[in-house]
Amino acid sequence: MRKSATRSWPRWTSGTLSLFAGMALSAFASQPVSAQGKQLTLCWAAWDPANALVELGKDFTKETGIEMKYEFVPWTSYADRFLNELNSHGKLCDLIIGDSQWIGGAAENHWYIKLNDFFAKEHISMDDFMPATVLGYSEWPKNTPNYWALPAMADAVGWTYRKDWFSRPEIQAEFKQRFGRDLAPPKTYEELRQIAEFFQGREIDGKKVYGAYIFTERGSEGITMGVTNVLYDYGFDYDNPNRPYQMQGFVNSPDAVKGLEFYKALYKCCTAPGLANAYMQEGLDAFKSGQVAMQMNWFAFFPGLYKDPNVGGDKIGFFVNPAGPKGQFTQLGGQGISVVATSDHQDDALGYIKWFARPAVQQKWWELGGYSALKAVVQAPGFPKSAPFAPQFLESMAIVKDFWAEPAYAQLLLDMQKRVHDYVVADKGTAQQALDQLVKDWTKVFKEEGKAVLAE
Amino acid sequence: MTALIHPDAPVNRIGAQTPFRVEKQVRGLSDRSIAWMFITPTIVLLLAINIFPLLWMIRLSFTNLNLSMSYLPLRFVGLDNYRDILTDDDVWNRLQLTAEFVISSVALQVILGFGLALLINRQFRTHSFWTTVILLPMMLSPAVVGNFWTLLFQPQIGPFNYLVGLFTGIVPSSFSMTGEVALAPWTIVLVDTWMWMPYVMLICLAGLRSIPDYIYEAAEVDRASSWRQFCSITLPMVMPFLMLAVLFRAIENFKMFDMVNLLTSGGPGSTTELVSITLKRAAFEKWRTGYSSALAIILFVTIFGAANIYVKALNRVKQR
Repeated sequence: MRKSATRSWPRWTSGTLSLFAGMALSAFASQPVSAQGKQLTLCWAAWDPANALVELGKDFTKETGIEMKYEFVPWTSYADRFLNELNSHGKLCDLIIGDSQWIGGAAENHWYIKLNDFFAKEHISMDDFMPATVLGYSEWPKNTPNYWALPAMADAVGWTYRKDWFSRPEIQAEFKQRFGRDLAPPKTYEELRQIAEFFQGREIDGKKVYGAYIFTERGSEGITMGVTNVLYDYGFDYDNPNRPYQMQGFVNSPDAVKGLEFYKALYKCCTAPGLANAYMQEGLDAFKSGQVAMQMNWFAFFPGLYKDPNVGGDKIGFFVNPAGPKGQFTQLGGQGISVVATSDHQDDALGYIKWFARPAVQQKWWELGGYSALKAVVQAPGFPKSAPFAPQFLESMAIVKDFWAEPAYAQLLLDMQKRVHDYVVADKGTAQQALDQLVKDWTKVFKEEGKAVLAE
Repeated sequence: MTALIHPDAPVNRIGAQTPFRVEKQVRGLSDRSIAWMFITPTIVLLLAINIFPLLWMIRLSFTNLNLSMSYLPLRFVGLDNYRDILTDDDVWNRLQLTAEFVISSVALQVILGFGLALLINRQFRTHSFWTTVILLPMMLSPAVVGNFWTLLFQPQIGPFNYLVGLFTGIVPSSFSMTGEVALAPWTIVLVDTWMWMPYVMLICLAGLRSIPDYIYEAAEVDRASSWRQFCSITLPMVMPFLMLAVLFRAIENFKMFDMVNLLTSGGPGSTTELVSITLKRAAFEKWRTGYSSALAIILFVTIFGAANIYVKALNRVKQR
C-alpha cells in the first residue's frame, strides 16, 4: 500500500500544481498588466465616511489594478496610533487622511511630501476647492501657497434635532406660551438654551428625555471641539490677529470667559446624566435611543443618522451652530489626504490623489456619504437639494474656524482639554482662572517650540 | 559502587548519540564556560530590552527631546526636566491622588481579602466552589473589567445605579459614578478592590493553611479564646503573607493605568488622573519625550525606594 501511494504522489502533485498555476494565470490575466501585485495602504479613522471610501476605492482598483488596503483606527486612538507611526517613520501607510491640526507638525517634521509640484504637473488647482478646507487641511504655513494635502473630507460641527418632537402641537403650544415664540431650530445659543431647558426632564412617549447633547470627552479632543463652538461665537480668539502668539486678552478675554461660563451652564442644566466624558459615539447613541432633543455632532455622521430607521427620515432635522453675541462660527473638522514621506509607493499614492481629485470621483464621494470639498460638487445648482443636511453643511463651511495647527498642537490641545474639563465638568475654579491658566500653558508650549511669544 | 549510573540510563544513551565532534568540543569546556553558555542569551536579552532602554531613558531625561517637534535641535538641558516636574503643583497633585488611591484600595483589599480568606478557610462543604467564584474577577483582563463596569455604572441603563436606587430611594439617573467629582475617585477604588481582593484572599489563604493545627490545639488546651487565638497565632503567622500581598498590590496600583483609563480617562477634569495617566499623556500624546523620561525615572526611583524599605520591614517581621 505504501509503495503504491508513493508512486501516485508525482501524479497528484503535478495535477494540483497545474490547477494552481492555471488559477494564478487567470487571476493575473484579469488585472491590468501594469499594476500586477501592487497595493496601497490608506490610513484613516474608523467611522461612517471610511466605509464610503472603501466603496469608492473599488473604482480606483478597477481602473488601475492597484489593490487598496485600509487601516482604520477608532477616533479615540486615531491620533495616538498614527502620530506614533509618523513619528517613528513607519511604513504602514502610503496615504494618510490626517487630522487638520497635524498639518504643521507633518510639514515641519517632513512626515508628508509637499504636493505643490505634483499639483502643478497634474493641473490640480487649490482654487477649485472650498477656501476653508484648503486653509484648514492643506496649507502650512497657514495662508501661504504651500500644500501638503488635498482636501479630502470636508466637515464641521452641526446640530441635529428631533423634528417630530418639535412639530407636536401640544409641545408647540406649551413652548409658545412659555417663551412667546414658535418652537423652531435655534438661531442663537440663548434660544438653544431655552429649548434645551424646555425639553430637559420632559416625558415624551412615556420616556424621560433631555435637552441637549454636547461634547465633554476628556481623553482626546472632545470637550475642546465642543466648547470652541460657543467660545468663537462669544468672541474668543486664539491670539491677537495683528500680533501672532499674543494670547493675553484674547484667549482669556471677558467675552471668552462668558462663552466658557455659558458652555458650563448648558452642560449643567440641559444634558443627560452620566455624559461627563462623551464624544461622537455617545452623542449618536443618545440621539438614536431617543434620549435627547438636540445633538451637537460632526456633519460626517448626518448621512447615517438620516438613514436611521428609528430617528431618521422625517423625524430628524438639522441646523447650523447657533450664533452668539459676537458672531456665528463653527468648529472645523475634516481632513486632507497626504502621501507619507516614508512610503515606498509614492508614485502610486500620488496616482490615487490625482484620481481622487477628479470631479466625477468627488461627485460619487459625496453620493456615497463622504463630504467633498470640491467647488464643482458643492456649488453645483442641485447640491442643496441633494441631501437634507446639504444646505446647513454649505452654510457651516463658510463660517468655520479651526484649532491651532502648530507642530505642538497635541500639547496645546491637551492643555485646553484639561483646563476646560476641570472647569466645566469637575467644577474646579472659575472660567477666568481656567482661561488664564490656559494662556500660561500655551505660552510655555510656544516658548518650547521656539516661537517668539510677545511679552504680555 | 563504581557503576553508580547504569549503562542504559537515559543520560548515557543521549551521550552515546552525541556526534563525536560536538562531544569533543563540549568536553574541552569548563563547567563555568558551560554555565556562561546557558545564561548568556538571557543576559543579552535582559540588557537589550531592560537595561539599555533604561540607560537610554536616563540619557533622554536630560534633553529637550519632543517627538512632535523633532526638527528642533536636541539640546542637553541638565536637570531642567526634573526641576520642572518637582516644582509643578499639578504633578504633586497627581502623586497625592495616586497615593490616596493606593492606600485606600490596598487597605480595602487587605481587610476584605483577609476576611474572606478566614471564611473560606473554615472548610465548609462548598468552599472549593466559592473559592473559584471569588477568584473569577482577577482572572479577567483589566480592559474587560473597565469596559463592563462602565456599562454597569451607566446612569440610565446601568444595573449599579438601579440597585442603589432600589435600596436607597435615590433616582437612578440622578447620579453618575464615573462623572461626578465626589464619586469618581471612590469608583476606581471600588472596581480595583472588586478585581484584586481575591488575589489578597488567595495569598492570605496560603498563609492560613500554612499554620499547623497543633498550635491551635495547644491553645485550646490552654483555654485561649478565639479572639486570643486570632491575635496571638493567626495574625502574627499570616502577617508576612499579608505584607507580601500589600507590597504586590501597592506596586501594581502605583502603576495602575488601563482600568482607570477605561473607566474615567482620568476625569472628571483631573479628579482621577493618576500619575501613570499623566506620564502616558506626556509621553505618547504630548510627545514630550525628555520630560516624560524624567518623570518615569522619578516614579521608578520612588517605587524602587519604597519597595526596598518595605522589603526590609518584611524581613524583620519574618525573622520575628
